[in-house]
Amino acid sequence: MSAASQDTAVSTGRVTRTFLYLVLILFALFYLLPLYVMGVNSVKPLSEITGGNMMALPQIWTLAPWRSAWSTAQIGVEPTGLKPYFLNSILMVVPAVAISTVVGALNGYILTKWRFRGDTWVFGLMLFSCFIPFQIVLIPMAVVLGKLGLAGTVSGLILVHVVYGIGFTTLYFRNYYAAFPTELIRAAQIDGAGFFRIFWRILLPVSGPIAVVSVIWQFTNIWNDFLFGVSFGGTSQPMTVALNNLVQSSTGVKEYNVHFAGAILAALPTLFVYIVAGRYFVRGLMAGSVKG
Amino acid sequence: MAAPGTADFRTQLQDWLPKLVLAPSLAVTLLFVYGFILFTIVLSFTGSKMLPRFTWVGFENYEKLFALPAWHTAIANIAIFASLYIVICTAIGLMLAIFLDQKIRGEGMLRPIYLYPMALSFIVTGTAWKWFLDPGIGLQNVMRQWGWESFTFTWIKDSEMAIYTIVLAAVWQTSGFVMAMFLAGLRGIDNEILKAAQIDGASNWQLYRRIVIPLLRPAFLSAFVILSHLAIKSYDLVVALTGGGPGRATEMPATFMYSYTFTRNQMGIGASSAVIMLMTIAAIMVPYLYAELKEKK
Amino acid sequence: MRGFFGLKLTVAAALLASTTMAVAEDVEVLHWWTSGGEAAALNVLKEDLATKSIGWVDMPVAGGGGEAAMTALRARVTAGNPPTAVQMLGFDILDWAAEDALGDLTTVAAAEGWDAVVPAALQGFSKHDGKWIAAPVNVHSTNWVWMNKAALDAAGGKAPETWEELVAVLDAMKANGITPLAHGGQAWQDATVFDGVVLGLGNDFYKAAFIDLDPAVLGGDQMAEAFNRLIKLSTYVDANFSGRDWNLASAMVINGEAGMQMMGDWAKGEFVKAGKVPGTDFVCIRFPGTQGSVTFNSDQFAMFGVESDGAKAAQGAMASAIMNPTFQSAFNVVKGSAPARTDVPNDAFDDCGKKAMADLATANDSNSLFGSMAHGHAAPASVKNAVYDVVTAAFNGSYVDGAAAAAALATAVAAAQ
Repeated sequence: MSAASQDTAVSTGRVTRTFLYLVLILFALFYLLPLYVMGVNSVKPLSEITGGNMMALPQIWTLAPWRSAWSTAQIGVEPTGLKPYFLNSILMVVPAVAISTVVGALNGYILTKWRFRGDTWVFGLMLFSCFIPFQIVLIPMAVVLGKLGLAGTVSGLILVHVVYGIGFTTLYFRNYYAAFPTELIRAAQIDGAGFFRIFWRILLPVSGPIAVVSVIWQFTNIWNDFLFGVSFGGTSQPMTVALNNLVQSSTGVKEYNVHFAGAILAALPTLFVYIVAGRYFVRGLMAGSVKG
Repeated sequence: MAAPGTADFRTQLQDWLPKLVLAPSLAVTLLFVYGFILFTIVLSFTGSKMLPRFTWVGFENYEKLFALPAWHTAIANIAIFASLYIVICTAIGLMLAIFLDQKIRGEGMLRPIYLYPMALSFIVTGTAWKWFLDPGIGLQNVMRQWGWESFTFTWIKDSEMAIYTIVLAAVWQTSGFVMAMFLAGLRGIDNEILKAAQIDGASNWQLYRRIVIPLLRPAFLSAFVILSHLAIKSYDLVVALTGGGPGRATEMPATFMYSYTFTRNQMGIGASSAVIMLMTIAAIMVPYLYAELKEKK
Repeated sequence: MRGFFGLKLTVAAALLASTTMAVAEDVEVLHWWTSGGEAAALNVLKEDLATKSIGWVDMPVAGGGGEAAMTALRARVTAGNPPTAVQMLGFDILDWAAEDALGDLTTVAAAEGWDAVVPAALQGFSKHDGKWIAAPVNVHSTNWVWMNKAALDAAGGKAPETWEELVAVLDAMKANGITPLAHGGQAWQDATVFDGVVLGLGNDFYKAAFIDLDPAVLGGDQMAEAFNRLIKLSTYVDANFSGRDWNLASAMVINGEAGMQMMGDWAKGEFVKAGKVPGTDFVCIRFPGTQGSVTFNSDQFAMFGVESDGAKAAQGAMASAIMNPTFQSAFNVVKGSAPARTDVPNDAFDDCGKKAMADLATANDSNSLFGSMAHGHAAPASVKNAVYDVVTAAFNGSYVDGAAAAAALATAVAAAQ
């Protein structure tokens, strides 16, 4: 990866470049459109939304929908807003991401540097788990969680997310570590370094980019999950379930501005992660998962 | 006596340690993935309705499944959806990656804009999309308010066209991510190869077609795998955009399976559709995994 | 998290123990009433329980008329950890009872005499094998038509009482340049309209087709006629109907954009909230040809099997609080429905509400109170959804005529049983 330079050797003319910028900007607008619609309508009073133009800027700017979505909107019996659910999500996501990333790193390390007979099979088995549709595991998972006494607990939810995340994290770390020179590991072994010591001292320090990929991927998937959250969350339901309760309420005036504000609030952590860590994302992909 | 004993134990432990560390992952995978798949297969041969009940009914669920018109709609839809979605996402992703790779000013700003949709679930963006596609509120209304009186965009209300709105939203969500994968692939290509080809007089077009795109093969494969698994799993966006409508025109295997298992209390039929889905996934993934893993031996 | 909650509960329990002698436990309630008015009404129940030192652990799951909630419930029951009480509709209650998952309220019911005050048709869903398993909160009736008064006046002014009169009014509204029928193209809404159409062809027909599921009737000539009427109605909606939420359709009637909406009594709330007065701004009539009969659905709280005596006591107390006439009145005024017991005074209700209660009583006395197919009170979920499939397809023009649709209905219902 150090050999690759950041720019290309292709040269382009003025007309071509104008065209390139035009296309790139048009696509940027396309990608931004839903966020724009959500953003602009979340700061309008409801009267401006009904019958107005969804693209129009507000005539009266208001932050009331945001305040309502955060702290006073009706989510259940009590008008609590999304606030309490935010904490539920954090308490679930952080351990689940951390555990699945660490486990993935260790698995990747073993599958590339401590190879044994049948290791490819083990990897193949784990990889296929990435493709299982979550709806089919719901019922058997409920049985298992019930037997373990973890049904309706945050620990149970963390377990579920770790189980279905390690396929991806193992894939990322395995492909990344595959490019790491095995000779260095052997040399360290001869010097008497053990399994964990080698991991800790040699591989971990260079794992930054792929850890970022793994964390972004897991964080987004787990934060956005609804199905497991609603089924196994019990009374500590995550943010997505609360947002669903806000948006899907069956009767009464639909307060679209509050819905949009709530939706953006629910998405802020993942947006934040993508935007802050996004620059490392391409670098991480480059280093590992795509080159294979 | 004692010293070599501990040394032996140490080496043995070092030999076993990697397998011990890997074992829990393998165990949970076997139970939570393969065990559950087995459970689903068994379920598909039972007369389960509301909860799992192990009364054997043979292939009855499969017969019922294939007699249902909605299942055929779902299969036709996933075929249209998956092929369009994969092709369009790959094309757009590749194009944007190549364009972004031309020393574009503001790349640092454009990249997160292309990527962010992947961060959002359709629970978040569903309402915005519904609005955008709704003729009365969305694109059509906006265009007309801006003076283009004859503009019509009513795909979401049209049984024939609604599936394409799902493609549109799905492409919006993932094409930027595919772009990032291609961009990573492009950045990994050694510039010397390109320079050499240019000296030989290759045009830009030829350069990309003959040299760069073949070199991106791994990125293509990864994109294909990620896109096809997202396509088969696509559930949220159908529910958020059309709820399977108009009528059941946008039913997909995942929504079909969910509704039979959880809202129609016909768990047996739901399980049999899940088995068909899993077999399809396996038919696509197993050859790919096999080729990939064999290559790396 | 677990620890945190555990601590909170312990502290709460300690406080309780120090102030009262009661050993009542909390009730955990799974429901999908998350919109302002409904939640406020539910809060009445919560406060009531609080005065009896029973805590309320809320588990709201909105979406799709309880579909998401039912998925969550299935996971909870499979895991052996069901909630105390679950908001539930019709056959879902009986299906869960058949799975042996529900508790027993018979002691409370006998002590409070529920058998005498709850309409028999409702008891069919609240009792299983002679045991009370659920406490009904309300009775919604679904065969209503909501009309914009001004639009009706412009179209002749006489509320239609027969199918022919209905078609005439719809035609007149169309000629007046408004959308005659405000409708949202979602399966349950299509089916709600179809309930009215079928009931309009006679009580016996409705019962034979939807309650008894007689294959000959389902595929017969009368059903073909019913589908022809539905297909006729589908010509009066606007081009933009598909996927529209029902309350947006109500809004079209409220602001005069459309003439009428065929929807259950919950639509009234939308009109009232918009400041409209029954009789002056809008008219509520029964679906033409169905005066005297009622198709209903009823929200009930099904009580799941709980182990400890404390939990059982809390469950009984909750059921008793639900059946309290004061709560029934307070809740249903807000919700737009009628109370689930016949002895609740109608003072607090508006004109449409009083009519609903009177109609319900009449229908109950004359054996013309039927469970709504569209809302899961006529047949189990699998049959209901099979009906949805055909009705929705017919509404969207998938069949050449009513006879083809009727044939498809008979096949689909047979396959779902």
